[in-house]
Parts: sequence; C-alpha cells; structure tokens
Amino acid sequence: MSQQAAAAPLRLGLLGSPNSGKTTLFNALTGLRARVGNYPGVTVERREGQTRVGDRRVVVIDLPGTYSLSPISPDEAVVAEVLAGHVADVPPPDALAITADACTLDRSLLLVAQALRLGLPACLVVTMVDELRARGGELDLERLSAALGIPVVGVVGHRGIGIGRLRALLGDPQGWSRPAILPPAEHAELGGWVESVLGAVQHQRPGRSRLTDAVDQVVLHPIAGTLLFASVMVLFFQLIFAWATPAMDAIDAGVGWLATRVHAGLGPGIVTDFLADGIIAGVGSVVIFLPQILLLFTVLYVLEDLGYMARAAFVVDRAMGRIGLEGRAFVALLSSYACAVPGIMATRSIPSPRNRLVTILVAPLMTCSARLPVYALLIAAFVPAERVWGPVGLQGLVLLGLYVLGASAALAVAAVLKRTLLRGEDLPFYLELPPYRLPPVRLVMSQVWGAASAFLRRAGTIILAVSIVLWALLTFPRVETPPDLSPPEAARMQLEQSLAGRIGHAVEPAIAPLGFDWKIGVGLVASLAAREVIVATLAQIYAVGSENGTSLRDAVRADPVFTPATVAALLVFFVFALQCMSTLAIMRRETNSWRWPLFAFGYLLAVAYAASFATHRVVSALG
Amino acid sequence: MYRPSCLADLPRDTPAIVEGVEASGPLADRLLDLGFLPGTPVRMVRRAPLGDPCVYEVRGTRLCLRRTEAERVRVRPADSAEGTA
Repeated sequence: MSQQAAAAPLRLGLLGSPNSGKTTLFNALTGLRARVGNYPGVTVERREGQTRVGDRRVVVIDLPGTYSLSPISPDEAVVAEVLAGHVADVPPPDALAITADACTLDRSLLLVAQALRLGLPACLVVTMVDELRARGGELDLERLSAALGIPVVGVVGHRGIGIGRLRALLGDPQGWSRPAILPPAEHAELGGWVESVLGAVQHQRPGRSRLTDAVDQVVLHPIAGTLLFASVMVLFFQLIFAWATPAMDAIDAGVGWLATRVHAGLGPGIVTDFLADGIIAGVGSVVIFLPQILLLFTVLYVLEDLGYMARAAFVVDRAMGRIGLEGRAFVALLSSYACAVPGIMATRSIPSPRNRLVTILVAPLMTCSARLPVYALLIAAFVPAERVWGPVGLQGLVLLGLYVLGASAALAVAAVLKRTLLRGEDLPFYLELPPYRLPPVRLVMSQVWGAASAFLRRAGTIILAVSIVLWALLTFPRVETPPDLSPPEAARMQLEQSLAGRIGHAVEPAIAPLGFDWKIGVGLVASLAAREVIVATLAQIYAVGSENGTSLRDAVRADPVFTPATVAALLVFFVFALQCMSTLAIMRRETNSWRWPLFAFGYLLAVAYAASFATHRVVSALG
Repeated sequence: MYRPSCLADLPRDTPAIVEGVEASGPLADRLLDLGFLPGTPVRMVRRAPLGDPCVYEVRGTRLCLRRTEAERVRVRPADSAEGTA
C-alpha cells in the first residue's frame, strides 16, 4: 500500500435497525464529536464523526436506522443510496460495521443478510451482550463469526466494553474475512439461512425481559395505561412550571444586577441604554427560560430513551388513525411541545410523505417552549396563585388548558387536511416496542445539551439581532421633550413618537377588536420573528415607560389595557399564530418549498385572529 | 374448532406459525424484512386500549401492527401439522 493510500481516511458506515444501539456505539467510537447536517437534496439527518486508529483517520458515518435495504421511507432511501454511492458529495463507505442487538439477533440477521450481499468489507457488532446474559441468553461469538464468515465483536456501548477490540479491528478492513457463500437473496430461503446460522452458534435465546413484561402489564393496560399516560402529562406540566421557578428567579436577579452595574459603571448615555436596555435586557428575558427548557427536554429524552415514547405511540395510534395520522406522528407532535423545530425534524421518522406533511403543518399548534415565556408572564401577572386541589394550582391549570387547546386544534386541523388537501393511500404502519432500558446519563445529557444549545443559539442570534433592531426602533427618532415633563412622562412621549410606537399605532385599528393597544401591537409585530421576543419587547417598552427596577410582571399588571378579556384574547392569539421565523425556515427546509410555510402562516394567522376576537367578546360579556 | 387464518384474527397468547404474506410490492417486502417469514412462530401479546393496533411477538422482538397490515399475514395454529391448515 502506498504512503498516500495509507493516509486517506477510512470511511466506516454504521448500519443497523432502530434501537440496535447504533447511536451509543457511534458516541463510544467518536467521543460525541459529531458533525451534523443534511444529506444533499433531502431532509434526512447526516451524522459523521471522526476517530483515529493507529495513525489512520476513521470517518464514522452514522446511517439512519433501517430494518431493510429495500426502502419505503426517505430515511431508508438515503441508506440504500449512500451504500450504492449515488449521493453527491457523500463517498460510499469503505467498510461496514453492522450493529445487531444481541437480544433480537434472530430478526437482525435479516438485515445482516442484505448487507453482506453488498460486497463491502463488513463486521458485525453485537450490542447489549450484558442484557443478553442477564436474560439467560447465550451466544458463541466465535461460532457466529465462522457461520457468517465475517469478524464479530460483542460490545456494551455505554460501558465501553468491546470498543477496544472493535477499534483494533478497524486498523485493517481489507484484511477482514469475507463470507465464502453469500446469504440467499430470496425471502423464501432466508428463514432457513437464519435457522442454520442460529443453529451453528449454540444460541440460547434470551428469555423475555421480566422488567419489560411487568412494566408493560401496567403501561399498556387499557385503563391503567391510559390513566398513567394522562398522569404523566399532568405531572409534566406541573413539573416544568413549578420546579424551574427558583432557577428562573436567580437568573432574573442576575440580569437585573448586570444591567444596574452597567448603568452605574458607564453613567447615563445612549451607549449605556443600548447595552443595558437593548442587549442585556433583551437576551436576559430569553435566557431566563433556560431552566424550563432544560427540564422539558430532559423529561422528553428520558421518556424516549426509556422506551415509553413507543408505548405512548402504541396507546394513541388508534386515536391518531381516526384523524388519518399514525402513532409516530404523536411522538413528533409531543416533541413539538419543546419546540416545533425539532418536532418538525422528528417527522422524518414518518414513512408516508403525506402524513409527514400534515404533521409538519399542525406541529406549530403544539405549545412550544417559546410560548412559555409569554404564557408565564401573563399567567404570573394575572392569574392568582391559588391552590385548587392538593399541589395543583390555578396557574398550572390555566397553563394546562392552553396546552390542551393547542393540541386539540392540531388534531382538528390534521383531520381536515387529511380529508381535503392531502387525501390518499397510506403506507404500511409498524412500530417496534423496544425493551425498557435505563438511558445512560451521558446520552441524555448530550441530547439535552444539544437541544438547549440550539435554543441558546437562537436566543443569541435571531433574538439578539431583533432586540437590537427593536431597541433602535424604540429609541429613534429622538424627540425634543418639554422640560417641565417628568422623566417617565418624557420617556413615554419619546416611545410614542418612536418608529416602533408609530408601527404600533398604525396596526392598532386592526387589533383593537381583540382588545389590544399599540404597545401589544409593537410586541406582536416584533414577535413575528419569534414568539418569545414579545417578552423582550414589552420589557423594553416598560423599561422605557416606567422607572428602573420595576419588574416586567408588575409593569404589565399596572397597565389598565390588560383587562381579563385582553389577557385571555392575547393568550389565545399565541395558542394559534405561527410567530416564529425558525419554524418557517425549518418548514421551508423540510418541504423544499415556500408554499407550505406560507400556507401554514396564513391559515394560522386567520385562525388566531378569529379565535382571539371571539375570546375577547365572550370574556367581556362574562366580566 | 376455530382456526385463525390471518394474524389479525389471532386470539391473544395463541401460538401460531406464519404461512406466508399475501400482499405485493413494498408492503410484502417490509413484512418479510420485519421477520414474518414463512415458518416463523408468532404470537399476539396485546391489543391497544382502543382495540387496534396489536403487539405481536416475532423473532424475539415486539412489533405493533394495525389490522390492515396484520390481515396480510397468513398463519396456522402452531400445533397443526405443516401444510394442512
């Protein structure tokens, strides 16, 4: 081998079915340094990581999980095309590491058979060998290697067991043994081939996971399971609302302290105002909600990695089927509770393109965490903190009601879309229920960190940019105020004369039927960039319009425009309206056109206005 | 005696053997690739709260299929002789 060939990196493809431990193996090999992007032209996640074996670079390609190389979904199509070398800019792998869960080796061998027929150097990585032993199973890996004709390594990915041997193997894929006879291509002969391989390896099949069976007795029980599902959801909301409060108060105090220090250190002036009221206040109002977001993503990922998400999808599949979707759409919609952006990305697991599009179009109706700042502000300011029953408070119930309203609207719109615009034949439905597994803490932490840093990047880029533009809109043009005016009055006059004030006044006639005034108008216009921006905007409006040191909550509470009817109408407006640039951008990316994001924006704005108007009328009449 | 002929009609916890998949194209391939190969032992282990879908145990995994898909998998009782069902 020449010097240059030795220096070229080895491209190793990780191939395996969902739940086969592929991602844990990827993390164990590459140490979490993954480059994440998209495959060209399609919306399927592409993850590549690097490692080094001896002095050779190894590029590890984490292929999407698949049960078969005959694709029926976009994800699976990518696997087949990458392996065939048909994807531009993605050279095909030089070798394959096929992952197979030791406990489901029987089924996994069907994918192994297809992969071996590709003719690439391949090794089999048998994962979760500890669980196999715990469940009384036995597997002779040497005989398995002899029966398949390829190297076989047993690993426990999250403990690093077997990873050393796998790395040693990666030094020389060209030297790997190849099967003397390829597995049969015909399904009719495959069953016999699997039996002969399993017969040769003295395979003692593992017993059922007792834990999984015992837990499923409850989780999948018609009554107990449904009740559990409902309780998990209620607990979920109570948890993110109540537990995050101490951390949020601490961040609030920190941001206030920083702004005071800036004012004290720099003295009065436009630069000080810009730093304290533009940058620090704007970003601070968003960062404060990080504790809630961390909690929410932690709960979502733990439920998914535990194996509960698949059960939830199973329990609700029939209900989702009635509206023309499937259980997996539920998982994408539940993820949209955190943020519509990952939720829309999670629709990639839905094989049917039509069902996927419907799910994408209704995902923004699920109450994302960006609405939480708005809900939290209005609820904390206007809903009394009364206990209703035990630990359940009125504020939590109002929040739950908003979540339920959004979810019901999503299901209703999906049902309408499936019967009108997006009618048609559905793809086959199937879903694997993996055994319950305690997710490794590191895996959950890395997933949560990925989600939180994505939120922070949004806060740091879009929201900072919008904050600066807004600060400028609120500050310019400067006006001469009469000297006999008190400072708060002068500031208010300055604000009303500013560009933002003029925009707010211009839209006021359109939003007056909802009970909104020009200040809410400025917030709504600004929140078209991202929902949580309205909080930063109101913070700026009231910081400008009132004395320093008054918290935003007290400021809005003191403003007579926030009547019960207006607060209710504003909450309802936020349930429906698609005020999020990031969501529109991801919709554009996931549907490859501006048509669907514009459609979603238009229909949601119309619904938001109508529902908000109706709410204002009803609450006014009641009050 | 009641003799179920397709997966969808299989009573709970009654062992059966897959005889074949009656479908064409991608659906047939996918059911086979998920493990429903002729001769494979299979068992219905649970029905969803609303009656559909069902969880089936096949080749050491638990798979959930809707009635429409499960109707395509032909089965015979596990105790009957091969080919007589």
